[in-house]
Amino acid sequence: MDPAAAKLFLDRLFRRKLVLFGAVVLLVIVIAAIAAPLIAPYSPTGMRVTQRLRPPSATNWFGTDEFGRDVLSRIIYGGRASLGIGMAVVLASMLAGTTLGLLAGYFRALDTVIMRIVDAMMSLPDILLAIFLVAVLGASAGNVVLALAIVYTPRVTRVVRGSTLVVRELPFVEAARLLGVSTPRILTVHILLNVASPILVQATFIFAYAVLAEAGLSFLGAGVPPDVPTWGTMIASGQQYADRAFWVVFFPGLAIVLAALSLQLVGDGLRDMLDPKLRKAL
Amino acid sequence: MVAAIARRLAGMLAVMFIVATMVFFLTRLAPGDPASLMLGDQATAADIAELRKTYGLDRPVAVQYVLWLKEIASGNLGQSIFLQRPVLQAIGERAEPTFFLALFSILIASLIGIPCGIASAVWRGRVADQTVSGSAMLAASIPSFWLGLLFIQFFAVRLGWFPVAGYGDPGADLAQRLRHLVLPAMVLGIVNSALITRFTRASMLDVLSEDFVRTARAKGLPESRIVLRHALGNALVPIITVVGLTAALLVGGAIVTETVFGLPGIGNLVVSAVLRRDYPVIQGALIVIAGIYVLINFTIDVIYTLVDPRVET
Amino acid sequence: MTQPAPLLAIENLAVTFRTEAGNVTPVRGVDLAVFAGRTTALVGESGSGKSVTALAVMGLLPRASGGISGGSVRYRLKSGETSDLAKLPPEGMRRLRGREIAMIFQEPMTSLNPVLSVGEQIAEQVRHHTGTGSAAAMRRAVEMLGLVEIPDAARRAADYPHQMSGGMRQRVMIALAMSCNPRLLIADEPTTALDVTIQAQILALVDRLRREHDMGVLFITHNLGVVAEIADDVTVMYAGEAVEAAEVRTMFRDPRHPYTRALIDCLPARARTGADGRRVVSSIPGSVGAAAAAGGCKFAPRCSHAAPPCHAAHPILEPSDGGHMIRCFRWRDL
Ligand SMILES: Nc1ncnc2c1ncn2[C@@H]1O[C@H](COP(=O)(O)OP(=O)(O)OP(=O)(O)O)[C@@H](O)[C@H]1O
Ligand SMILES: [Mg+2]
Repeated sequence: MDPAAAKLFLDRLFRRKLVLFGAVVLLVIVIAAIAAPLIAPYSPTGMRVTQRLRPPSATNWFGTDEFGRDVLSRIIYGGRASLGIGMAVVLASMLAGTTLGLLAGYFRALDTVIMRIVDAMMSLPDILLAIFLVAVLGASAGNVVLALAIVYTPRVTRVVRGSTLVVRELPFVEAARLLGVSTPRILTVHILLNVASPILVQATFIFAYAVLAEAGLSFLGAGVPPDVPTWGTMIASGQQYADRAFWVVFFPGLAIVLAALSLQLVGDGLRDMLDPKLRKAL
Repeated sequence: MVAAIARRLAGMLAVMFIVATMVFFLTRLAPGDPASLMLGDQATAADIAELRKTYGLDRPVAVQYVLWLKEIASGNLGQSIFLQRPVLQAIGERAEPTFFLALFSILIASLIGIPCGIASAVWRGRVADQTVSGSAMLAASIPSFWLGLLFIQFFAVRLGWFPVAGYGDPGADLAQRLRHLVLPAMVLGIVNSALITRFTRASMLDVLSEDFVRTARAKGLPESRIVLRHALGNALVPIITVVGLTAALLVGGAIVTETVFGLPGIGNLVVSAVLRRDYPVIQGALIVIAGIYVLINFTIDVIYTLVDPRVET
Repeated sequence: MTQPAPLLAIENLAVTFRTEAGNVTPVRGVDLAVFAGRTTALVGESGSGKSVTALAVMGLLPRASGGISGGSVRYRLKSGETSDLAKLPPEGMRRLRGREIAMIFQEPMTSLNPVLSVGEQIAEQVRHHTGTGSAAAMRRAVEMLGLVEIPDAARRAADYPHQMSGGMRQRVMIALAMSCNPRLLIADEPTTALDVTIQAQILALVDRLRREHDMGVLFITHNLGVVAEIADDVTVMYAGEAVEAAEVRTMFRDPRHPYTRALIDCLPARARTGADGRRVVSSIPGSVGAAAAAGGCKFAPRCSHAAPPCHAAHPILEPSDGGHMIRCFRWRDL
């Protein structure tokens, strides 16, 4: 991308100040998670019995938890697991959903079968399907990713199938077919390029939902094991101290809110920018 | 009309069949043998074999699958391993708080979401729209259990306005029980209002750009009438859909909120079943919840024919 | 034109839209007049700004993005006073719409509300403007549907738009527009979307209603055949400007603007007989979009008579004999 195009892209994306705010917050959260060892003031696991449940102060900005661990440091490290799981869920569900959606949209014979299964999965609330899958797979970070990827695949499938149905009727796909371009090539190159933007928008939203869902599962004790610090497990274990030390619950939750919010703001900005219908109307 | 309903019914059955199949085979993936799980560590091999026989676990999987489909079709969801009673009965006992919670939550969510969505569409791009859209996005970013914990701390513990948790003493009257639902319903209402707001806004924006809205303006009608009668009248169908489906998803999707508030509802039943590996209960609950969703979906389609004259009757 | 003061007099109207690509002014310099009991046709190619002009008169430009940016739209009220609609606050404009000034749109298929019965859509306007009760308003709606020759009007009033054909829906639109006895009717290509026989019926209907109600009609079309049939006065538009205005007979007998001449030459009835004995229908080369030199005549790039000054300066709309108005430097030479 040449600099002028990049500038135009950024201008469009950040036309709304809230989108810019979202992008900045997201960047801060991601960098903090990646550079956790450099940024976190304390070790996330360092227990200090004398410092239990200390309120926020100059030394421990977000206070300390029931083991005297620094809440801020745990949130920074927790972001690694929470965001990492979210990212993995996005990648896996994108891959599966895009494949299924392309197949359903392009081959009539597969369409009915795939879409019926999608309907069936979407007749169950996300969190319920997730908890069921984790229950049968066993509670671990990997299985949480697998379960949530399965839960969000149908959404991607629907979006991709819908776009594929539209794009496959466009003249250039027809032309490619007449020129003898093979079906797999048509699928991957022509259609995929055209459905890329709705998928990208969908990805940011699924990222946000996955972060929320992971926290919910961990909170229920049906997700990541409690000894791994994630924002969800922090709230779960802090729950019983909430009346004495609200900060052990409040700040991890705030981290979830900020992450989910910034992701959705960026997704919204992308959608506004990429949706030609909306663009013209404004 | 009859053909259309028949087609919808066939679709419903197909979805339920797939859910049942999915639930059955996924459960087989679970580690551990249900029989030994039920009997605990002390069980002898003979005991386990005995139990496997009573539950039909000794037969080939294909046979078990067919039998299970048959049972479901006849409305029998099996026996709970731990609760010593039929799954359907266990779900029925937990239905009340879940039902009222879903009802109140969707009412609150609609009361917030529909007016906000309309205002946001009417004043598109202005401060009102940005405030509403931003708030909706914020609401959709809040984990319900966290908001629940904050509400409990503030409204129940600090202010003492509402009970902290539970669903009242066993003998409590209905009003007493419903008081326990105020906070959880507020939490779910706020969180779910986001979707309804966004959806109402999008539907209203679509309709407001239609030619007939311009006709209504050309008639010299006041703006309020144009928005509420002409535009909303046409946006109602998609809005009813999203409200109905959100309500349906709340029946099984309130798990986390029910847990935070200690409500003995269906979600709570599922969580304890998961933690105890009580598979018949998990399977039964999934099938009942999917069934409710499919049924509400079907009902909405019927309502369509009532509010939208274009759908042929 | 020897009529008394016009019902509607638009002068030098300009309309500007804000778009992402910057401001656009698709209408700049429209002048036209509509007289009570007469029909003024507004003619021009697709995209020349006819609908935008009509919407500007109605105060129906999309509020968020568009508005009148210059000129005046003077309307003579029942009381005889004149009011500039371009300066009227939205609320005042709203009170005129539907009651004094009514409009029929280009798209009969989508201009009616799909979830209300057609009778109710008419009755609603009647109730709103006259304050009559719902039974009386519905009787009026049925009467209007009868007036626009919808058979079995009492029963059809309960129908929804999707149960009617395009021609029927356009009749409903006319019934709606006429239901409060407006003094000015704006008809934006009411027949373009309809087939030929229905077109003729609708034209006859509008014409009859004009005579019976002594109503002024602004009839927008790009079809000169239609103009010849129903117009008393004609204004020709090109690229957002009025380029020529005259009484209908003058316009056809003695068109002076090169664009008008070309338009008339394009009529199939004027087709020449070519060398091979077939009839050749002429057309104007280029399109409205053809970029005119900044400050020059808009039509110059497509004009076969364009001279150097045409590309350099912008002609004004100047009066000739008998109320004939022309926007051209060279009309005297042609
Ligand atoms: N809301 C708007 N925003 C921006 N530009 C607009 C808008 N509405 C109309 N235009 C522009 O104004 C110009 C004139 O449009 P208009 O609809 O008046 O043409 P018309 O003469 O009615 O053509 P037709 O015969 O096709 O109906 C067009 O170039 C159009 O792109
Ligand atoms: Mg037009």
